[in-house]
Amino acid sequence: MQDIKQFVESGQIARFPGGIHPPERKQPASEQPLRRIPYANELILPLRQHIGVSGQCTVREGDHVLKGQPLTDAVLHQGLPLHAPTSGTVKAIEQRPMSHASGLPEQAIVISPDGHDQWRERQPLPDYQQRDKAELLDIIQAAGVAGLGGAGFPTSQKLAQQKPVSYLIINGVECEPYICADDRLMREHARDIVLGMRILAYITGADKTLLAIEDNKPEAIASMHQAISEYSDIELRVVPTKYPSGGEKQLIQLLTGHEVPSKQLPIEMGVIMQNVGTAFAVKEAVIDDKPLIERVVTLTGECIEHPGNVWAPLGTPVDALLDFAGFKPEQQQRVIMGGPMMGFTLPITAVPVIKTTNCILVPSTEELPPPGDEMACIRCGACAEVCPASLQPQQLQWLAKAKDYPALEDNNLFDCIECGACAFVCPSEIPLVHYYRQAKSQIRNQAREQAKAELAKQRFEARQARLEREKEERLERHRKAAEARKQMQQQKAQDAPEQESNNDGKSSAVAAAIARAKAKKAAQEGGSAGSEASDEATTQPRPAQDKSAAVAAAIARAKKKKQARDQEDKQ
Amino acid sequence: MSFKVAAAPHGHSQKKTNQVMAWVVFALIPGVLIQSYFFGWGVWFQILIAISVAYLAESICVWARERSARQALRDNTALVTAVLLAISIPPLAPWWIIVIGTLFSIVVVKQVYGGMGQNIFNPAMAGYVLLLISFPVQMTHWLPAAPIAPYDLGVWQTLHTIIFEYTPAGYDVEQLRTTVDGISMATPLDGVKTALDQGQILSEAYQLPMMGALAGIGWQWLNLGFLLGGAILLQQRVIRWHIPVGFLAGLLIPSLLAHVFAPSIMPGPIFHALSGATMLGAFFIATDPVSAATSDRGRLLFGLLIGLLIWVIRTWGGYPDAVAFAVLLANLCVPIIDRYTRPTVYGHHSGAKHDAE
Repeated sequence: MQDIKQFVESGQIARFPGGIHPPERKQPASEQPLRRIPYANELILPLRQHIGVSGQCTVREGDHVLKGQPLTDAVLHQGLPLHAPTSGTVKAIEQRPMSHASGLPEQAIVISPDGHDQWRERQPLPDYQQRDKAELLDIIQAAGVAGLGGAGFPTSQKLAQQKPVSYLIINGVECEPYICADDRLMREHARDIVLGMRILAYITGADKTLLAIEDNKPEAIASMHQAISEYSDIELRVVPTKYPSGGEKQLIQLLTGHEVPSKQLPIEMGVIMQNVGTAFAVKEAVIDDKPLIERVVTLTGECIEHPGNVWAPLGTPVDALLDFAGFKPEQQQRVIMGGPMMGFTLPITAVPVIKTTNCILVPSTEELPPPGDEMACIRCGACAEVCPASLQPQQLQWLAKAKDYPALEDNNLFDCIECGACAFVCPSEIPLVHYYRQAKSQIRNQAREQAKAELAKQRFEARQARLEREKEERLERHRKAAEARKQMQQQKAQDAPEQESNNDGKSSAVAAAIARAKAKKAAQEGGSAGSEASDEATTQPRPAQDKSAAVAAAIARAKKKKQARDQEDKQ
Repeated sequence: MSFKVAAAPHGHSQKKTNQVMAWVVFALIPGVLIQSYFFGWGVWFQILIAISVAYLAESICVWARERSARQALRDNTALVTAVLLAISIPPLAPWWIIVIGTLFSIVVVKQVYGGMGQNIFNPAMAGYVLLLISFPVQMTHWLPAAPIAPYDLGVWQTLHTIIFEYTPAGYDVEQLRTTVDGISMATPLDGVKTALDQGQILSEAYQLPMMGALAGIGWQWLNLGFLLGGAILLQQRVIRWHIPVGFLAGLLIPSLLAHVFAPSIMPGPIFHALSGATMLGAFFIATDPVSAATSDRGRLLFGLLIGLLIWVIRTWGGYPDAVAFAVLLANLCVPIIDRYTRPTVYGHHSGAKHDAE
């Protein structure tokens, strides 16, 4: 911790191994001012927007909703509520294709805007410092704010860690080619972002805020520099342009000179990171009482006539965005959600903008040639040279193809951040990340299966133990009952001569009773042998029965069953 | 409308594998030209035969394995193997030598192990060793370099010799190697080794007729030619520096030390650097990525091991040169080198600090 402080205070920028310099191509989209687009005919809001559990729907088909009104209820703290991006009617709650490489359908709320764009009642909170941190976290949670830079992890959850924070890092690196949503936001909304940073610093109690921007965004740097000038505890750190400097682990390494230990969170080193877009969303949520209902999306690629950045209401279908920007599809067109390095192709464009959508890229074949045929790996090591995690991608690839999962884990597959640098430089054009993702999900599946099997085994063993215990108890009961009868007999035998002398008529009855008891005893011995062999399914826990008649009945039942089974076996 | 689905990343940099291989062949050109200048037309015929046999063998194997032969030939790996083997053998070796060597390299060493990217051994060097052990006479019959060669063979005479094992005038290769005063000319490495074994000192050995200013006549230029090719490969980022640097350090540092301590019997680093297949080995053969170690540290170690083995075998072994043996021995060590030279993965350093820029 002390080392980290020393490094940060010195103002140095460390470096991380590997990395690549793909063509940046941020222009021309980055030079156009942010535009607003008209509401689409329908807004599709998938219940699941990001990592975590989807919330429970609180509206019904046909309901009228106001702008900013919550549509789902986050049952668990892992989830986030979803809000109506504008006023309108809930047209349907149904399965719609998802913003995912598969395009598979998932449950979504579909809203037809009514054109009035009428807000629900709002309670702006200009002076957030009057509220305590827990209240602010609740506000951020209720506003549905998720990390807008990457996987969309719920922001309130990330902030709620009860650990001391030395440095709050605000990530404005935006290292992936083409994407310039954060760049534009920083140029045009620097003051709002800084307010968001203040709120985040207040909540986390960070000693210092570090704002990191890549040196290929001079306008954003200038604009942010001015906006932070009045705060002594915010420092601007300009990092050299290299992909993937904006990865959480890489940026922490750049700014602190230290790596986040494997399988730990940055908070363990006293560091927490938020994206500039998230800082902006936090400001809007807290100060303006505006939930996360829109975000900046970069529309770019050579197959678009008017590239630029737009404020896209969540739920806006991708085809509406493309129409707005003038889409001229070519043969074999690829529509990429996200950037060229980590984005995924969409099979159809009827899918919506979600909280994590930062870019829609429609490249021409010339600017981003589609992959050629995959050739064999020649172990050239170009991938290892660029891996920011210092992995051996070629080795992982061999192991992934061989499905050698233990060896993959041994080779630290799970430290791969899937940045795609390896595949970008692979001369054999092997889709390396693809293999890793597949292997990762296989390993996770296996682990799940194993956990399930382990649980089943535990259940089975517990049941076996219970049955065994019950059998023991039953035998013990039988033994005690037999002893008790023996004693009784002996006592009767002692009493008998007296009785005989007293009453001759009675003695014959006693003799008969003794005979009966003997017969029962004999029968019981046979019966207990039978019950010993009896299947566990036939034995059920029963209340203790001391009465010999009941015992006899039980024996008879057991015998019958045994016979029946024997017969079955014979058959 | 449905759109094309592709895996990330979208877009690509760097030369493709077939281009990498083509660059290797391209960078061989200076060396081959020099070889052809000093040792005659033979090298071109050897290359021609090797490429034809390699392509044919590769096609048949790939066809038998039910894969696309066109794709296999397009990756240019068979081309590289064929050319490397062809320039390693004596230019006047009979045609069946290169045919057997190429067949063994392609069929057994490469395809039997699973084709491109799967071979444990360097195919060209495994082929070379097979030939050297099986046909030691033909494989050591190098002619003296042009300035001191007793005969100057034309194109037709060369071809005739390769096909029929004697010139149109009826000389066989052994006779072609023999000077007017009846001494058969060895290669510089062989000549110096024999002289030293016979108890001569180094300065005497360097007086042999095949010795030039730096090392052997012709051979010194041949090595400089391959060094130039290596520089091209480095500049084009087709290979990286670790293996050549390790290789040369492993060979030159021990030879320098030995020469300093025993100047009269131990040839110095310049002789070693510019004799035999040193530069060809350092830049073109040991750098075959498939059969080399994978990490940077591993490659440095791999190169060092080869260089050291070459020096040991050249100094004390039974063969004058040792590049092929050293490469194969190092190929054998690759799994263990890889096992122990894995770089530390992000987040696994214990309190690691990184240098500030």
